Amino acid sequence: MSDAPASSLRRPWVKDALFVGLCVVGLAGLVVGFALPSDAGARGQDTRARLGAAPSQRGELAAVAAEVDAALAADHRALGLEPSVRAPTLLVARRLSLALTGTIPSLEEVRALELLRDDEGLDEGEVLARWTRYLLTDRRHAEYFAERFARAFVGVEQGPLIAYRRRRFVAWLADTLADGWPWDVVVTSLLTSSGLWTQHPAANFVTAALVPETQAPDEEVLAGRVSRALLGVRLDCAQCHDHPFDERWSQTDFQGLAAFFGRSELSLRGVQDTRGVYVYDDHERQAPTELEPGVPFAPELLPAREQVPSDRARLAAWITHPDNPAFARATVNRVWALMFGRGLVEPVDDLPIDASVPPALERLAKDFIEHDYDLRRLIAIIAASETFARASYGPTGGADEAELDARTSSWAQFPLTRLRPEQVVGALLQAAKLETLDHESHVLVRFVRDQEQLAFVERYGDAGAAELEASLGGGTIPQRLLLLNGELVHERTRDNLVANAATRIAALTRLDDDDARAVEVAYLAVLTRRPSAAEAAHFEAKLAGLAGEPRRQALADLYWVLLNTTEFAWNH
Amino acid sequence: MGALGLGGGLWTLGRALANPQPGRIERPGAIITLWLDGGPSQLETFDPHPGKAIAHGTRAIATAAPGIELAAGFEALAEQMAHVSLVRSLVSKEGDHERATAYLKSGYGPNPALAYPSLGSIVCAELPEVGVEIPRHVSILPSAWPARGGFLGPGLDAFVTGDPAAPLPDLRSPVGPERSAARREDLAFVEAQFAAGREAEVDATGHREVVAKAEAMMGSVQLAAFDIHEEPEAVRERYGDTPFGRGCLAARRLVEAGVRSVEVSLGGWDTHANNHELVAGLVGALDPAFAALIADLRERELLASTVVLCGGEFGRTPRLNRLEGRDHWPQAFSWAIAGGGLRGGQVIGSSDPEGGREVVDPRTIADLHATALVALGIDPETELVTPDGRPVKLSEGAPITELMA
Repeated sequence: MSDAPASSLRRPWVKDALFVGLCVVGLAGLVVGFALPSDAGARGQDTRARLGAAPSQRGELAAVAAEVDAALAADHRALGLEPSVRAPTLLVARRLSLALTGTIPSLEEVRALELLRDDEGLDEGEVLARWTRYLLTDRRHAEYFAERFARAFVGVEQGPLIAYRRRRFVAWLADTLADGWPWDVVVTSLLTSSGLWTQHPAANFVTAALVPETQAPDEEVLAGRVSRALLGVRLDCAQCHDHPFDERWSQTDFQGLAAFFGRSELSLRGVQDTRGVYVYDDHERQAPTELEPGVPFAPELLPAREQVPSDRARLAAWITHPDNPAFARATVNRVWALMFGRGLVEPVDDLPIDASVPPALERLAKDFIEHDYDLRRLIAIIAASETFARASYGPTGGADEAELDARTSSWAQFPLTRLRPEQVVGALLQAAKLETLDHESHVLVRFVRDQEQLAFVERYGDAGAAELEASLGGGTIPQRLLLLNGELVHERTRDNLVANAATRIAALTRLDDDDARAVEVAYLAVLTRRPSAAEAAHFEAKLAGLAGEPRRQALADLYWVLLNTTEFAWNH
Repeated sequence: MGALGLGGGLWTLGRALANPQPGRIERPGAIITLWLDGGPSQLETFDPHPGKAIAHGTRAIATAAPGIELAAGFEALAEQMAHVSLVRSLVSKEGDHERATAYLKSGYGPNPALAYPSLGSIVCAELPEVGVEIPRHVSILPSAWPARGGFLGPGLDAFVTGDPAAPLPDLRSPVGPERSAARREDLAFVEAQFAAGREAEVDATGHREVVAKAEAMMGSVQLAAFDIHEEPEAVRERYGDTPFGRGCLAARRLVEAGVRSVEVSLGGWDTHANNHELVAGLVGALDPAFAALIADLRERELLASTVVLCGGEFGRTPRLNRLEGRDHWPQAFSWAIAGGGLRGGQVIGSSDPEGGREVVDPRTIADLHATALVALGIDPETELVTPDGRPVKLSEGAPITELMA
């Protein structure tokens, strides 16, 4: 209590006053940002500059994409199915945005895309190639994909706090994505990193599985993650016994993989490989059993211990060996699933390791290996394919369930897939804004967005580590109630000039003859398309003659309606 | 649909009229699980060993069932023991909370490649679904791992809700009824626009179905089943003025309304320190609620069609640790089972009075699940098919024949 500043900070009102002051400054910043068109204009120009910078050099990618399309076309032709037509450009752009950043294009971005086509006369393929490049170089993409991969690498739990920092790991992954690291280098780092988890973020891959009592990782957990996330096989089903339904794998295959982590332990200097030989409980012999590291297939690709002394480095060398296609196939299938909502092979982490891999997957895996495991190139190829751009409806319009299943599983049409929780909230928050919510956004805007996102996902239910497993049905009733009546949707549609597009549209389109524009802007912001003639007429009639509060309410109602459609909730 | 809007005791009739499936006998049936989260000490609850070293001073009381004792503190449940049976010889290999919870709730050991459905979701899937506008599967005051539908799909996940003292969230539209009705009309209009040309695709999403169900729930008179304030003061007092007591009362109301499965959780049983003191507090909430639930169901003639289970993910060590706590002990623990026409006042198996690992007549949780299923007229041997095409039985356990009437 001796020095004055400290004691004044103990008085609650001082803190309150500081907080209120901070809020006022922040709000002023927001309002000024909103009120000064020059700022928004500058941001829009930045989007346009990044989109317009240079040609996309998509020629070579398009050639590989065409081979992938041809391989898949063979499948649906064999079934006598006619492929669907191309979806509109803006819809494909929306799919890309959801797949790569977990949100939808902002109105500002939609305008920039249309300018590319209308002012610069670029064709559809070039517009989308530039859009893909724009998204891939956006920090939102790095963070969104980092979280997706982190779920496969370390799960979703916060884990043992003494030696594990999940946020640090995800931030590191995001940096590697943003810097365009080859994916084999990223994977080698996380498999082989030693030292302190705070200084060497990749080492959190090992410490995420730490058993505090033994100060060593649970080798079986790590083996399970390696097999599923990096090899695309579910060896962990053979964890306790030889798999009763799947004769491909034995208990020794799984335990051999676990043994690569058997020497790792935690010391004062972080993760070190100083333990002895791996011992596991053989569930059939009911006895502790010693085992040297071993790989479940392609043993000739595993470097000898004389060449590479570290077990973990040997494992990394084997996984990323160009002649071992399992890693490339697993990565391609996961990326495909992130883009289409389902993998070329399902489940996403249970692929065959022999020749029965679908040719399209094999072609992409080959390209991925030949081009130094370049993730951006892989994504750009898939994005450039006709398959990605196909409409989500069939040519006849009257398919039955069996035909629909055949069409989507042979990739003759784009499958409708339910948005994952973070996509729902990402799209919801973006739809309520007219300008892009990204890393250029005001820090307070981003803070509020992050908090709202967390709160929403907590209520909505996180899909967890197995988020890419096929989800059945139209979601749960509590999820729907949250969107119909929940606070976030209400807050983001109601009368609020700073936060909400609906109110701003009302403010910007005050004149009666602006009704058409108001409806169009709402459709573009929420569904990334223009209203059909029938929709335009329907909602313009509702707005006609309204001003002030009733008009703002009518636009809020329109927003609520669009946010609760199948079209919004399902990637199409 | 004929059953729409039917409430109270008429719901079974509504189902019988509305379900046209041939060969399927219409019947009531529900399951209530009182989930004691954290792993309750068997010695201070259903399996006391008074006077033995492992009791560490815990006393036992006589009950209405001759020869059956409960730990002191269960005075209310003691009066109901003619209708409740105990299994004191449950054995498990899972000593970790998450893994053990997955095992106890589904009856199958945790498998990283397959999420098995909880017993409650199996009951919901196997008993006919007609005439109930509120979720068939409810979890009140859930722990970190509420009952899930597993590979049966998220549609069978329990509807999760908190202390029934507070109203359910998100059930009222934030705008008035007129605007709300207009919004729904407009929504139907835009949905039709999107569905044109892709009717099958949109149908397959199930989106409109879930919206319809959510709206049916919002407008349902059955929502009153969640509202325990409709109960007379005397009834509420009987269950105890605790969140868990209110949860048990809500469970009874929900079953009355036709809900198939309700899980009510009481957390705090992970007593690694101060076991006796902490458990005494928990029993203070459990005893009146459990006893009132049994008595209430019986008085309303619902007990014969409702199975009530009570237990947690494992038991606790016979010996106290240095902090006067008991640690995890899956080697020998107890569950209570009642209702569904099963015999009450029975004890299955026994644990070692000296605290050893050997039990007499060992049973698994799967046996208890199979017993509950048989009591509800469901054949545990029925096979489900997993997404990757494997057949899996509803339960691999053997029904406990001693409990069959």
